[in-house]
Amino acid sequence: MSTATFAELLAQRQVVIVCGTGGVGKTTTSAATALAAAEAGRRAVVVTIDPAKRLADALGISELGNTPTVIDGPWPGLLAALMLDTKSTFDEVVRRNASDDDQAERILSSRFYRNVSGTLSGTQDYMAIEKLAELYDSGDWDLVVVDTPPTRDALAFLEAPQMLSRLLDNPIYKLVTAGNRGVFGIANKAAQTVVRQLARVVGAHVVDEAVAFFQSFNGMEKGFKDRAEATLALMGDERTAFVLVASPRSDTLDEARYFLDRIRQANLDAAAVIVNRMLPSTGLSLTQAQLLHVSLAATDGAGVSRALLDLATASAADDDRVADLAEAAPHAVLATVPMLADDVHDVDGLRVIADLLTR
Amino acid sequence: MDPGRFFASSRVLIVAGKGGVGKTVSAATIASAASRSGRSVLLVEVAGRSASAPIFGVEPQGYEQVTAVDETEQDDPPRGRIVLQSITPDQALMEWLTTHGFKGIVTRMASSGILEVVATATPGIKDLLVLGRIKAFESEGSFDLIVVDAPAAGHALGFLRSPAGVRDAARTGTIHRQAVEVLDLISDPTRCQVVLVTIPEETPVNELIETSFAIEDEMGVRLGPVVVNSVLPTLAGLDADLVSLDVSDAERNALQTAVTFRAGRAALQDEQLTRLGAELPLDQFRLPQLFSTTIGPDELAVLTKALLAEIEALPEVES
Repeated sequence: MSTATFAELLAQRQVVIVCGTGGVGKTTTSAATALAAAEAGRRAVVVTIDPAKRLADALGISELGNTPTVIDGPWPGLLAALMLDTKSTFDEVVRRNASDDDQAERILSSRFYRNVSGTLSGTQDYMAIEKLAELYDSGDWDLVVVDTPPTRDALAFLEAPQMLSRLLDNPIYKLVTAGNRGVFGIANKAAQTVVRQLARVVGAHVVDEAVAFFQSFNGMEKGFKDRAEATLALMGDERTAFVLVASPRSDTLDEARYFLDRIRQANLDAAAVIVNRMLPSTGLSLTQAQLLHVSLAATDGAGVSRALLDLATASAADDDRVADLAEAAPHAVLATVPMLADDVHDVDGLRVIADLLTR
Repeated sequence: MDPGRFFASSRVLIVAGKGGVGKTVSAATIASAASRSGRSVLLVEVAGRSASAPIFGVEPQGYEQVTAVDETEQDDPPRGRIVLQSITPDQALMEWLTTHGFKGIVTRMASSGILEVVATATPGIKDLLVLGRIKAFESEGSFDLIVVDAPAAGHALGFLRSPAGVRDAARTGTIHRQAVEVLDLISDPTRCQVVLVTIPEETPVNELIETSFAIEDEMGVRLGPVVVNSVLPTLAGLDADLVSLDVSDAERNALQTAVTFRAGRAALQDEQLTRLGAELPLDQFRLPQLFSTTIGPDELAVLTKALLAEIEALPEVES
């Protein structure tokens, strides 16, 4: 385990990407991370994805928004949050890259585009990263924290910036854009065969729409590629910290280890591992709790000693699993947050977590 | 209700829920309870890695079917077999193309990246084809019950929306017909029900309630009972006078910590269970929290027994 602290990490980095499976408190951790940075005097903004309603209300970001909302509070720095609007962000990306308004409108009005922007897997990741790049480039923020969409695969997020350029690198795109007179104008014979077969699978109009969509992208590839490369560089160097959030339940810790492996496949490493929902320590070892339960089994203390044994058993298991995870991430800062009595739905609750993270 | 009758009410049970609520364990428990009621079960996992094999204490076999439990005549009623099957969306797409007359071009399409374009052009196609595989298992009729461990991570809605999405996106073509067939399956309560899983905590309960209304209102899919996992068992004697116990101070402190924690969790849990019952008019199957480190066959047996008791506690319904 690294000897650095989470507070040091927040002071050094400019981007924090918070990953992990669903149900481990990722959004709350992201918001608390930004708050901790604001408390340390930094200008911090957090991009949240689908936060729980009460937390969103508390942060004043219940409406989808593409600009940060500043949250007032007694911290020396600046804290702002936004809830990612995938569709609007995608529209902005298209407008920014289009050579003129006509091209932008052609793309935005296509049904294929609406499918892609709304439902293509990875779109949300891609737009979260677009938003990250935009906030980073603005120069308004010392730290940009990004909550990632719940996914099984950390690499989906890392690969997101290349999604569109990869789509545009696709051979079918190249084939269909070689001609410019719609499906039946495709000059290349091999391309025609492929397109006809596709039409049998999904119906001719889907192929028509896809072809028109690809053709309307003509000339925009470079903008996407440049952006993807710049963002990948940002995520890949020391400006960015990947923070993995987990809970001590065995299934989510398995997922966390899988995440670590996948992140490493991309030659990256987690800078911090945060384990939420740790059970309280009883102060006794598991063996002591077992012995006490045996000695109290026939007394009025049977119920309370059962409660102790249950807690000690679960807590010992948590500790073992967290130790294993820490071993699997030798270079990461480890921070644990105890299980709290209630979900966090206000800024005071976030401050409690921010303090626990940076203690 | 008689468990045998419960498990006969539809042939496909789709077990869905957000990550971290114990969906895979719930699906395994449902499969196990059905097997105990004499039904043969195919447990389908839609994921990259088989997570249910260790629960049954068997080795995962990639995408091959694995027999997790053999049928036995000794038990009363006789146990049905449980077979595990893992499906990935990519594999479902390839298989579907191969069996629908596109065999010749599948390899070429895959290697050229064209498959990805097909998937892009028709959002939801992979989820649809996973459901298509499940429909095929249903029509083959080799099993009394098919339990589907649906994709996690917030995709439960996307998964169930996929047939309608594809039907509307691809208005003609082979895939359109597949979408219509799958829609017939998931919207027919005599063939398919969705079982949602949650834990008794605020956010998971909120998400369950939202998902439930979306599924019933938008998709016309019938919801079965809700599985509530990790319910703390009630413990008698928590109000014992700790001062009167013959224990050391350290032990007394530990007992106090445990009692305070347990009582606090129990109160929060009751609040959430009550709220769930008030806001969602569905039966609840409550499964106990286990204080073990891993879930294997022994823990599965405990959960199976608990689920069977919950089913038996349901009122009989008119057929």
